[in-house]
Amino acid sequence: MIKFQGVHKWFKDLHVLNDVNLHVKQGDVLVVCGPSGSGKSTLIRAVNKLEPIQKGRIIVDGKDLSDAKTDINQLRAEIGFVFQQFNLYPHLTALKNITLAPIKIRKLSRQEAEGQATTLLERVGLADKRDAYPAQLSGGQQQRVAIARSLAMKPKIMLFDEPTSALDPEMIGEVLQVMQGLAHTGMTLMVVTHEMGFAREVADRVVFMDYGVILEEATPEEFFRNPRHERAQLFLKEILSPMH
Amino acid sequence: MNPGLDFSVIWDNLTHFFIGTYPNGPIGGIILTLYLAFVALILSFFGGLILGLLCVSSHRLIRYATLAVVNTIRGIPLLMVIFWMFYLLPALLGGHSAPENWTVIAALTIFTSAYMSQIVQAGIDGIPKGQTEAALSTGLHPWQSMVYVILPQALRNMIPSFVNQFVSMIKDTSLAFIVGVSELTHVATQISNRTMVYPTEIFFFVACIYFVICFAFTSLSRWLETRLAWRKAI
Repeated sequence: MIKFQGVHKWFKDLHVLNDVNLHVKQGDVLVVCGPSGSGKSTLIRAVNKLEPIQKGRIIVDGKDLSDAKTDINQLRAEIGFVFQQFNLYPHLTALKNITLAPIKIRKLSRQEAEGQATTLLERVGLADKRDAYPAQLSGGQQQRVAIARSLAMKPKIMLFDEPTSALDPEMIGEVLQVMQGLAHTGMTLMVVTHEMGFAREVADRVVFMDYGVILEEATPEEFFRNPRHERAQLFLKEILSPMH
Repeated sequence: MNPGLDFSVIWDNLTHFFIGTYPNGPIGGIILTLYLAFVALILSFFGGLILGLLCVSSHRLIRYATLAVVNTIRGIPLLMVIFWMFYLLPALLGGHSAPENWTVIAALTIFTSAYMSQIVQAGIDGIPKGQTEAALSTGLHPWQSMVYVILPQALRNMIPSFVNQFVSMIKDTSLAFIVGVSELTHVATQISNRTMVYPTEIFFFVACIYFVICFAFTSLSRWLETRLAWRKAI
């Protein structure tokens, strides 16, 4: 579903992605972890071309991102993206946040789009918030609306870029539960996160990155029981028991 | 001989101040001042919007060309633009003389559009990048993201700046008297020339009128600013 082939990216002198090769199969749940600045956000943002790459190829759903014939807007409609900062549209209600793209891109009628949005809001547990503005919602609620907004396009792939990092601890669970529910539907998920509990329980595979390089790719059992790379061991130690 | 100020000249000419020689001649005075300002405001809103959007275009050539035009206009006094229009418009119309009102409206529109475009550009730049990214990643085209996501937020933030620009424009209409448009300042000059001995009273009154109109709009702007204070989502 997503293929990285020899992908390189530089920010000026900084080599943020260094020869990344990765294959995410249909229905896979892939968790990407690593220290901050390791290139994991850049990696996931490259999948829908929010970050262009300088070398290599990324093939999503059979379409080469660097191919001039690939309609990037059309492809993005098939890829949901959830941001760390939610990025809901503050001038629109929760419902309108969700219905905008389906009406404009999928050409749904307002009634169809609103019906679908209401169902999605129920699914993320926010049926009563359809007319609330983002500013009236908590962080966890905003992020769940943002997930519903992505799902409204019926994407084949969902990308999550640190979806819980900006949340208060008590709101992390509600967002992770929605994501777990998605994983069970068989959707292809790529998730950048520090939530190792989620990785352990939900992921099919875990990728560990540092300095723009994929250092380790393993099943969660392997990764948590026996991380091979020294920096992965260090990272896990830091993140699982930060006081020691 | 009255040694103090004599404001009876104001009351005697009050309708003249407000509507000029209308209905015997063309409408003038305060009404014309407001008319010039309103028409030029509406036109320069769209002019500024278009120039502002060109200023944030992803095509470098379009961006630089627009910036060059905008900066040129901003570097010229309004009075020059009015003169320029006064001589240029008839030439463009193939020798037909252009109505003076439209000379002034065209000059004000060109001049104010340049400033408005900077407000528009700043307004668009002020919207967090994540908004565009969110819109694009749902599959919206760049122009749809601009129209449905960025501009509605940016325009709302710009309203106070627009009102301020409008206030400047009301004052700028006074320069129209130079090409013989009978707006408030021109009418005041006429009355002053006719009555000979009351320039202090007349121009004090005119200053008060400009102040009252502008103060009303400045207050409106401040009220709008508090009412539309953006509820930040993040």
